[in-house]
Amino acid sequence: MPLLGFLARRTVYGLVLLAAVLILNFLLVHMAPGDPAEMIVGEMGGATQEILDAIRASYGLDRPLHEQLLLYLGKAVQGDLGHSYYFNTSVTQLILERVGATVLLVLTSLVVAILAGVVLGVAAARRPNGLVSHLTTILALAGYSLPIFWTGLILIILFASVLPIFPVANMTSTMIEGGFFARLADILHHLVLPAATLAIVYVAQYSRLARASMLEVLGADYIRTARAKGLNERLVVYKHALRNAVLPIVTIAGLQFGQLLSGAVLTETVFNWPGLGRLAFDSILRRDYPTILGILFFSTLLVIVANILTDLCYRIVDPRIRLEGGRG
Amino acid sequence: MASPASNVTMTDRVQSPVREAWRMFLRNHAAVAGLGVLCLILLMTLLGPFIYPVDPFELVWAPMTPPLEEPGLWLGTDYLGRDILAGIIHGGAPTLAVGASAAAITVLIGITVGAIAGYFGGRTDDLLMRVTEFFQVLPTLLFAMVLVTLFSPSLVTVAVAIGIVSWPPAARLTRGEFLRIRQLEYVAACRTIGGTDRRIMWMVILPNALPPLVVAATLAIGVAILFEAGLSFLGLSDPNVFSWGMMIGASREYFLDSWWAVAFPGLAICLTVLAVSLVGDGLNDALNPRLRER
Repeated sequence: MPLLGFLARRTVYGLVLLAAVLILNFLLVHMAPGDPAEMIVGEMGGATQEILDAIRASYGLDRPLHEQLLLYLGKAVQGDLGHSYYFNTSVTQLILERVGATVLLVLTSLVVAILAGVVLGVAAARRPNGLVSHLTTILALAGYSLPIFWTGLILIILFASVLPIFPVANMTSTMIEGGFFARLADILHHLVLPAATLAIVYVAQYSRLARASMLEVLGADYIRTARAKGLNERLVVYKHALRNAVLPIVTIAGLQFGQLLSGAVLTETVFNWPGLGRLAFDSILRRDYPTILGILFFSTLLVIVANILTDLCYRIVDPRIRLEGGRG
Repeated sequence: MASPASNVTMTDRVQSPVREAWRMFLRNHAAVAGLGVLCLILLMTLLGPFIYPVDPFELVWAPMTPPLEEPGLWLGTDYLGRDILAGIIHGGAPTLAVGASAAAITVLIGITVGAIAGYFGGRTDDLLMRVTEFFQVLPTLLFAMVLVTLFSPSLVTVAVAIGIVSWPPAARLTRGEFLRIRQLEYVAACRTIGGTDRRIMWMVILPNALPPLVVAATLAIGVAILFEAGLSFLGLSDPNVFSWGMMIGASREYFLDSWWAVAFPGLAICLTVLAVSLVGDGLNDALNPRLRER
């Protein structure tokens, strides 16, 4: 199937999913106990009658339910996800300010986790009963059992008191002199611990996956052929085998983007990282429903985009899928 | 008709599949260790409150007393002066109960959706798989946070929310098994003798699809415990119930001055999830017939 047609189909399907998220958001607000108008204002205490009336008018809360839904969808299509009465600004604005920090954190962790996972997994697969292999298994089990927020707190304790070389909170220093590169270095310096926290769980998963997939590939006929023709072992492992063994990891990693975003909520909360996750936590505490529902919508958008990109990568990397016509 | 079957039972010692699986399970030392740890943790949560009857909410000593500094306060006190050991002992029950019931809800929804999709196929399958995909693109924790906040935090809403956001993988697994098994001859045989859809689904296919589902259910408990801990840490749980995640969340502002207040509850979560996943791995090996021969 041509790539463009595939992309178009996936985009349309993604839009349908997004519309479904909006409907879900709408239903959630209306199913929850209490008056929607008061919920939208949030628990800021002194919501005046005027504000409540304004909300009722703008969301059409006095009209039938299906009209309300259409009104809500119409606004969302125009990029209006509502108004945060806590921040007194539009939710879209708030989200756009924060999304960069989250994407930076999540992508860094993802890349680190894939690289570290593959290196460990390959080392383990080359000697399935060796020390590295056993250590990888133990690491995988331990990493899987760690609550992300707890890993973060323990890292903060270690790096705040025992070995103070990395900043343990926020994304930037308050007093920073210098130009673009100084700022960039400052952000990267702050990024080390949060990214490590988020990556640990996935290093554990990917190393296990890489080990299994590498073991499978190393047993394949074409690897025996490569070895039989006298190819350097290094070349066999890193060129012939690794290329094929990495595919399932890339797929899983892409599909786990949503989980990573969930992990980011906890990581950002622990490290005071100014992204969507931290905003979600703050909004939950303040019962700022328009913001939290906007974040849910926007994160789903990110997940859908990540899924489409993963499928796209997969098709480009693995010609077999294109030839078979692919699934979806 | 009966003679070949009775011959077999006379000459070979036929073992029941459950006993066979148990024998395989016992060979996996890590899994047995995991099961042992899990039993100890269960015992601690069940009997602990009677052996160590300290109220976890009670302020027993000076705030932030380090472990072992004061006789009897093995794990120290938190920022309010509450006994951390008491918190760990009393916090086990809600953590485990929410984890187990959330996993049960996850598997229940997953099996129902997956079984119907896999058994009936066609449009039903298409529709249900679209719904599954929809739930799969929603970021789980955020969605659960929204659900718990909207319907006010309690142990029940937390368990239900975790179940609602985590069933898709179980549904996919069940669907795959049903798609495979419904092609088999004994299902056709059952249909020939007039078995209803309902009977075939739940009495014929489901028992044969159980082994991977049992493993998935076990692992789901571990995931649910971590999930519950995350929600409690964020403050989204019943404030009147002590749980391990809630203990860590409560000490979030003070943990640099009292590392023990977050370290020990976290270790408890870690150890429990580790034990559960070791048992899950062991079950996976034990229930996989291909590994039996070894």
